[in-house]
Amino acid sequence: MAPFRSYEHLLRLAALFAVAIAFFVVLRWWLVPGDYGRLGPYRAGALALNQAKPIVYAGQIACVGCHTDVADLRKTNAHAQISCESCHGALAVHAEDPSVAVKLPAPRAICAVCHLPSAAKPPQFKTVDFNEHADPGPCTTCHPAHAPRV
Amino acid sequence: MSFDRRAFLLQTGKWLVLTAPAVAAWEYVVSGEPEKAPGYDASAHWWAMIIDIDRCIGCGRCVQACKAENGVSLEPQYFRTWVERYEIDPDDPEHPHVESPNGGYDGFPQPTKPGVKTFFVPKLCNQCADSPCVQVCPVGATFQTPDGVVLVDKEYCLGCRYCVQACPYGCRFIDPETHTADKCTLCYHRITKGLQTACVEVCPTGARYLGDLKDPNDPIHEYLRTHKVHVLKPQMATHPKTFYNGLDGAVR
Repeated sequence: MAPFRSYEHLLRLAALFAVAIAFFVVLRWWLVPGDYGRLGPYRAGALALNQAKPIVYAGQIACVGCHTDVADLRKTNAHAQISCESCHGALAVHAEDPSVAVKLPAPRAICAVCHLPSAAKPPQFKTVDFNEHADPGPCTTCHPAHAPRV
Repeated sequence: MSFDRRAFLLQTGKWLVLTAPAVAAWEYVVSGEPEKAPGYDASAHWWAMIIDIDRCIGCGRCVQACKAENGVSLEPQYFRTWVERYEIDPDDPEHPHVESPNGGYDGFPQPTKPGVKTFFVPKLCNQCADSPCVQVCPVGATFQTPDGVVLVDKEYCLGCRYCVQACPYGCRFIDPETHTADKCTLCYHRITKGLQTACVEVCPTGARYLGDLKDPNDPIHEYLRTHKVHVLKPQMATHPKTFYNGLDGAVR
């Protein structure tokens, strides 16, 4: 039997495969971002992208760092667990630069946000009918917000 | 040296085959370790959230804070977190009436029907450990971080909306500005800096709690041990990491 000599067609086929694979690899390298697949099937840089957003709410620690008098006042009363920014709004700007003026919340409206009666509220939560209770002045005249008494 | 077409093709083919993997490998080497937030090791955390329904008063502070912190669209209204009010008529418990006017942004009007069982349910991304939204994303633009948060790569998202349809909890939407998918990030920019999420920060009754399941000293373990908690739609096998305390069976 004659030795196996006719192999040129295989080489041609192999070359064709090599070109196809090379094309795929080049295409993939060009299309897939460099940090893709580092941590999983996603761009690792997306983590930093999500972390880079600016902070709007400074956080309770930033508030009590300076306002120790109010923090002491609030320590033991019914509002002790509420963070400052819950009523005073987002204040990261103020925490960064204390000279930025802070607008105080509207005294009656801010109380009504929580203390209006509703059947859906848990029964132990203290509510009051704002129309029947006292005159329409600010609630804080009788109930100081930082040390509320009922 | 003769340089015919055959030789040219062979030569070009060789170069193509050899250079592409080399370049890819070289890029991998020079790109180095991915950038980490200073002082934050993602693999050391596994974030979870607890919602205590018995504490929620439906004030909507969380909805407002979330929008302010994350720049979520106000017009038209979209929500990363929202509050629903359930009203369950004892005569027809199978069909609860659920409403969420403006997502609870401005609070809730008085319930109209007397004598119904009614309560508030805050909703947000459940941060599923096996999330369908991550499964369906065709380009890997939504993913789970090493600390268990499901995030969107807004620079890579195509806006194809597969994930919006895949989420069993309706927690995703298309950002009307960028036209890419958007959702609760568990305030990833805050929790990686040691802060609370905006919704937890402002909740006046402590109805929300952010916990780290990988931290053995976190009170979340004690809480999960001593309370009867549940997750939304456990039959979907998404393994949510948002746990609800006092969850009524009517809540979907």
